Amino acid sequence: MKKKFNLFILAIFLIFCFIVFYKGLNRPSIYSPKIINKIDIPTFKAKGFNSNSYLDSKKIFEKDIFYIVNIWASWCVPCRTEHPLLMRLSKNQSVKLIGLNYRDNLNNAKKFINEFGNPYSQIIIDNDGDLSVEFGAYGVPETFIIDKNKRVIKRFIGPINKEIIKEIKLIVK
Amino acid sequence: MKILKILIVLLLSIGFSNLKSDEKDYELKNKILKNIRCLICQGQSVYDSESEFASTIKLIVEKKINEGFKEEQIYYYLIEKYGDWVVYNPKLNKNTYILWLLPLLLFLLGGAIIRKKLKFKN
Repeated sequence: MKKKFNLFILAIFLIFCFIVFYKGLNRPSIYSPKIINKIDIPTFKAKGFNSNSYLDSKKIFEKDIFYIVNIWASWCVPCRTEHPLLMRLSKNQSVKLIGLNYRDNLNNAKKFINEFGNPYSQIIIDNDGDLSVEFGAYGVPETFIIDKNKRVIKRFIGPINKEIIKEIKLIVK
Repeated sequence: MKILKILIVLLLSIGFSNLKSDEKDYELKNKILKNIRCLICQGQSVYDSESEFASTIKLIVEKKINEGFKEEQIYYYLIEKYGDWVVYNPKLNKNTYILWLLPLLLFLLGGAIIRKKLKFKN
């Protein structure tokens, strides 16, 4: 009887281990963070894209509307795929797009904007990636929604797609 | 002549002390980078990774060290931005209780089983 009970416990333990490993190994090993919801936007001063002057974050996000911060670079291939969607989103009056040009060559970035259009109401330069880290970004492209209280309420890692655009429109409505 | 000698010794000592502090900063930077997880790589530290994310974090850590940040302050800054997961040595808090206490519990449980077995044999 005791032997049977021990075997039963062993079987349960092995099944438990199997489930843990099966689930664990099936999960993607790349860490995708839980959305750190509603964190205040960082305060910063950043160089403007079209001028040599520095812009204050309070000035950039001064209006009581939704803002979308999009991290992009001319060398980033997925940024090209999401760009037409950003162009379409920029026509939405209830939101302003802020571009954060990430570790890029300024001439190449300007060529990129001239070629594909400018969806951003303002572009700031992030030469070393400091600003992106301030936002807690993982890389390019990455998009943050900032609400009227100047808090990051949603983030999208990777290129945005039509579903994400729909979601953004619902949020900023 | 004497003054010249003293000046040379002083300049050399300043040069060496600078070299030493640079070396210290370099070692500290490597130590920190080895304890930071590359969040977009598979099982690599920022130190080992050549990804865009890792190279940005390397720059940030270097900048923070130059600004006079201490090791713990740099970890705290990165944890604030990316969560506990970013460091390989997470602190004991409500999210990591199981992580820290489970090995101890298993050790105690194992010890208790062995003790019981030995007692039973005797």
